[in-house]
Amino acid sequence: MALLADLLSWICLLAGGALALIGGLGLLRLPDVFARMHGAGMVDTLGLGLILVGLMFQAGFTLITVKLILIFGFVLYTGPTTTHALAQACLNGGVRPRAAHKDAGGEPSSTP
Amino acid sequence: MFAAASIAILVVMAMALARAVIGPNVYDRILAVNTFGTLTVALIAVHGFLTGRPEFLDISLVYALINFIGTIAVTKYVTYTHLRSPDDEQDWEDV
Repeated sequence: MALLADLLSWICLLAGGALALIGGLGLLRLPDVFARMHGAGMVDTLGLGLILVGLMFQAGFTLITVKLILIFGFVLYTGPTTTHALAQACLNGGVRPRAAHKDAGGEPSSTP
Repeated sequence: MFAAASIAILVVMAMALARAVIGPNVYDRILAVNTFGTLTVALIAVHGFLTGRPEFLDISLVYALINFIGTIAVTKYVTYTHLRSPDDEQDWEDV
């Protein structure tokens, strides 16, 4: 039983690290602010989530698991809120998504 | 295994820092710093398990709270150049 928990924990930790790496790569390589938010969202939700679930398998049914669930729930609430506020700020600041002004044939977005 | 997860988190933190340095506008930098804070939460939690002291999770929880408040504050400051209500027409010159 302990071996099974260890195995699940390792799988979750490695998958979380790999997904965080993919999200970081997207944050570094994608062409636009709005596209980069997808990479950041991947790190926020599945990267951190799988790492915390892996830690939960290590902790067992203790208070530590409750704290891990609290952290995960809080990040799950605040991540989309932050991304939404940031996208709204981008649109207010004059940054437009790439596809929109490619279709219109307009100028590239300004860089405030 | 905790060490492997820590190394992965550190590599992603380096990527986020690179984006914060080369990001063409201020919103890229805010996004990168927010991601960096989220990764710091994960790193503190994993470090607590790595050194056998899971009490570090309290620090991790507080860091998550401060990261959210800070990101929202910076976003609002960049958008409105102040932190009060956006449709507040009152004269705040002497505050």
